[in-house]
Amino acid sequence: MSNKLRYDVIVVGAGPAGLAAATVLAKSGVKVIVIERGRFPGAKNVMGGVFYTDCMKGIVDEFPGKAPVERHVIEERMWLLDDNSHVGITHKNEMFNKEPHNCYTVFRAKLDKWFAGEAEKAGALIINNTVVLEPIVENNKVIGVKTDRPQGDIYANVVIAADGVNSLLSKSLGLRKELKSKDVAIAAKEVIGLNEDIINERFNVKGSEGVTIEITGSFFPGETMGFIYTNKKSVSLGVGMILEDVINSKMNANDLLESMKQHPSIAPLIAGGQTKEFLVHLIPEGGYKEMPKLVMDGFMVVGDAAMMVNSIHREGSNLAITSGRYAAETYLEAAKINDFSENVLKKYIHKLNNSFVIKDLKKYKNLPDLLQKDKRLLQKYPRLLNQAAFELLTVNGIPKKEKEKMIWKTAKKEIGISNMIKDLIKIWRSVK
Amino acid sequence: MEECKMRLEDKLYLNGYKIDEIGGSHLHIKDPDVCKTCELKQCLYICACKVYELDENTDKIVINYDACVECGTCRIACDNIDWKYPRGGFGIAYKFG
Ligand SMILES: Cc1cc2nc3c(=O)[nH]c(=O)nc-3n(C[C@H](O)[C@H](O)[C@H](O)COP(=O)(O)OP(=O)(O)OC[C@H]3O[C@@H](n4cnc5c(N)ncnc54)[C@H](O)[C@@H]3O)c2cc1C
Repeated sequence: MSNKLRYDVIVVGAGPAGLAAATVLAKSGVKVIVIERGRFPGAKNVMGGVFYTDCMKGIVDEFPGKAPVERHVIEERMWLLDDNSHVGITHKNEMFNKEPHNCYTVFRAKLDKWFAGEAEKAGALIINNTVVLEPIVENNKVIGVKTDRPQGDIYANVVIAADGVNSLLSKSLGLRKELKSKDVAIAAKEVIGLNEDIINERFNVKGSEGVTIEITGSFFPGETMGFIYTNKKSVSLGVGMILEDVINSKMNANDLLESMKQHPSIAPLIAGGQTKEFLVHLIPEGGYKEMPKLVMDGFMVVGDAAMMVNSIHREGSNLAITSGRYAAETYLEAAKINDFSENVLKKYIHKLNNSFVIKDLKKYKNLPDLLQKDKRLLQKYPRLLNQAAFELLTVNGIPKKEKEKMIWKTAKKEIGISNMIKDLIKIWRSVK
Repeated sequence: MEECKMRLEDKLYLNGYKIDEIGGSHLHIKDPDVCKTCELKQCLYICACKVYELDENTDKIVINYDACVECGTCRIACDNIDWKYPRGGFGIAYKFG
């Protein structure tokens, strides 16, 4: 027994969720080890990515400080893309230039490495190059993990699963079933190098100001979300589609990405750019209804492993970090009474329930089903809007009243009035 | 416009991989006979890195594991794939992420 490798807490995965948990625990003097399968934290990790400042409160002081962030976002655009056009809305606000900045574009391979450094400074031990193979369970209680290192069994009071969307760990414990193809999006992204001045000119910004564009619509064959984010000397361009739609449309994420790059609204923004990296990653999109069981004796699940992504708002890393912090705080409370049973660890769920994490996920709990079942919403409406805009803006001697009539006629033919009313009610019900 | 599309091989070439020459593939087909009667053969087109290919001569699925970025798509789309992570430290290592 005595030469067993033992820690207070084992964190599996050095993404934002795991590193937030480890930093909070280490700061309170807990002996915590983080096990990461990549060569360094971030090596396997991908996001768009927009990173929100607020979630770092109480974890890392004065974020971003020396953290490797790219640009602070001052303008957000939302586009509904049709074959040769888009309709969009934009919000640009000088208030977003005020510090602390609301959010930054980031690269995860750099950010996670930096975050791991902060966790180490606080006293956590980060072990890279190591895969956690399975949990060690005794009397239905998780007491450690097996790794792919020789003599690689490690023991602890609590194991925190921060192992991301595939979370083989929580699956092997039966806390969730296998992911379904309707509950994950597969996203591909390119980092496209461009001169800083060109980016500033094309996106109408200066200094470290940045722009984000979220893109969906009838240009894509299924439930799809694309994005363009400005970095200092590159733009991140990516697109993700629900896996079920990939299977049905036979267009994979790279096919989508290539066709998106050719779109007349997008091509000029990246013209002359040099692709520097090609990335692919899953996004858990099942929402509140598909969340796994979050705790059992000696075990808590955080971040993507727990399906905590609010995809309609492009938020994931902040939910991951907040859940990691709550898991750590729950451990600290449990350690006071030296009881790590499910009954005590349940406090983690209460903390989540009282926070934006579960409140937001609950708010949109019907949206994944709605968007998946009702193809009209992301296909027919964007097309109709683009057609209507084109019709109204084209000056060709036809009176506006007649144009409106034509638009209504198309809308009635394509969708139908009763369907439109039903859709409005359904949308309102799913987001109220 | 077709000719401006970037080839997938060229994209994958940009990425930093550490290939596990000793351990070999982390991906395996559980039962090759199942593939023979699989009508959809979704593995051939869902993977953004084209890890799965059909060998026309043998009619068998070939796995280019060295192109895999470990996203897990094939694991969810097909239950005839035995999917593991590469050994610690091997596989993709993104520079940007
Ligand atoms: C294309 C894309 C765009 C996105 N855009 C945004 C955005 O703009 N803003 C935003 O907030 N969120 C965004 N997200 C979501 C966000 O990336 C995730 O919600 C967030 O990364 C979740 O953090 P995590 O720590 O839970 O998981 P991850 O970041 O996935 O970390 C999991 C870690 O565990 C490790 N690991 C897994 N299994 C094992 C094992 N068995 N042994 C050892 N280590 C293991 C992995 O290597 C990894 O380091 C995006 C996601 C994608 C894919």
